[in-house]
Amino acid sequence: MGVSLRKIIGLAGLFCLLTFAGLNTTFAAEKAGGEGEAFSPGDMITHHITDDYVWHFFDGHYGTLYLPVILYTDNGLEVFSSSNFYDEHHEKVAYGNYMIDHGHIKTLDGASVLDFSITKNVASMLVSIFLMLLVFLSIAKTYKKNPGEAPRGMQSFFEPIILFIKDEIAIPNIGEKKYKKFLPFLLTLFFFIWFNNLLGLMPGGANLTGNISVTFVLAFIVLIVTLASSGKAYWQHIFAMPGVPKPILLILIPIELIGILTKPFSLMVRLFANITAGHIIILSLLSLIFIFESVWIAPASVAFSIFMNFLELFVALLQAYIFTLLSAMYFGAAVEEAHH
Amino acid sequence: MELVTPGIGLIVWQAVAFIIVLLILRAFAWNPIMSALRTREGLIEDSLKAAENAKAEMEQVKLDNEYLLQEAKIERDKLLQEASVIANKIKEDAKKETSVITDKMIADAKSSIESEKKAALAEVKNLVAELSLEISEKLLREKLSDDKSQKALIDKFLKEVKVN
Repeated sequence: MGVSLRKIIGLAGLFCLLTFAGLNTTFAAEKAGGEGEAFSPGDMITHHITDDYVWHFFDGHYGTLYLPVILYTDNGLEVFSSSNFYDEHHEKVAYGNYMIDHGHIKTLDGASVLDFSITKNVASMLVSIFLMLLVFLSIAKTYKKNPGEAPRGMQSFFEPIILFIKDEIAIPNIGEKKYKKFLPFLLTLFFFIWFNNLLGLMPGGANLTGNISVTFVLAFIVLIVTLASSGKAYWQHIFAMPGVPKPILLILIPIELIGILTKPFSLMVRLFANITAGHIIILSLLSLIFIFESVWIAPASVAFSIFMNFLELFVALLQAYIFTLLSAMYFGAAVEEAHH
Repeated sequence: MELVTPGIGLIVWQAVAFIIVLLILRAFAWNPIMSALRTREGLIEDSLKAAENAKAEMEQVKLDNEYLLQEAKIERDKLLQEASVIANKIKEDAKKETSVITDKMIADAKSSIESEKKAALAEVKNLVAELSLEISEKLLREKLSDDKSQKALIDKFLKEVKVN
């Protein structure tokens, strides 16, 4: 136990150091590019938690991965590398009719354009999907290879989590009879959020689950699944809450109707806000060093951000759990049978 | 503001990718894993049940053995008791038979003694009768002179005879 704890602390320290190093180079780049411009923590943090057309790992010629830009315009599909937006000094320039303005691609002549680029977040999501498929398909293979045997290796790490989602989230909230239909979705949801939360904490990782588009899609799918599987009892609770006098229903029905939307909306905002806030706090703590322009503030900053990193590791799991649990509860309410 | 404005590109990519991953994992990971877990659960349950059954059977066998042992003990005690009763009876019977035999022997002896005695007495009587006849013969032959003395003599003889 002592050894493994030391290992974890060591890893976390290394982890923070790497984040720190990455940050440092970013500042250096900004300072060099900005010609003596003052360091702005707000800009730096925004840059780190929003999407980008390049994936920046470290400074230098090979430190940046230029991702493909895919645009759907009136002239059809256009695909080109995002390196076209940068000149040899890493300065943003216009390319053809397009330019990057405040992190989004705009046309110079004001024509509308739909942006389907493989951004940093999309690339990071593809990496996480690759990881998930790799992990769970190989686990499934192990199950098929050793039927009825005790789990081993990766299997024994993930099996309790899978069983937890089945026995503690799906069955109690949805019910013994109907949980099976929802279990694959809940498992995918949980591991997708967890994997991406953890990848987001990696140095150079994208803030995918802290992106409102991603949480919007997840919450929207939950809403669609809830409505698609809703039964008579679900709508009865909305339009004719049993045991409530008619006049009060006039107030209650609009509230319940709004409630259909606020539930997934809360899912969307909760995950987005928690993950983004965690990133902002860690970055802010490290920014202190540059705001005070003193190396003596570094130990405190790093100590706090190590603590925050641990907290974020916990939050990564907690938010995945909460999102899955609440989704299961909404599904449970949708498939509930009348028992009045 | 930029932070909370969803972008169409990421929404589309996320939706497409998530649904594809969901379908792939459902078909090739979650369903096989769930069925494997169910199979294993069944296997474990069966094994536990079998173990429980074996234990119960063992218990039964042990009980049976104990019962048999008890039974055997009771049987043995009964046999011992019966044997001792029989032995006692045999002893008793033997004793009784012996006493009957001895009684009979004693009785026999008594009766034989009695008959011997009777025979002896009869012989004595015969002898006395013969003697008295001889005596009376002698008296008749030699001393029939004096009636008085003859009569006295006869009385004397008769008295002697009566005693015997």
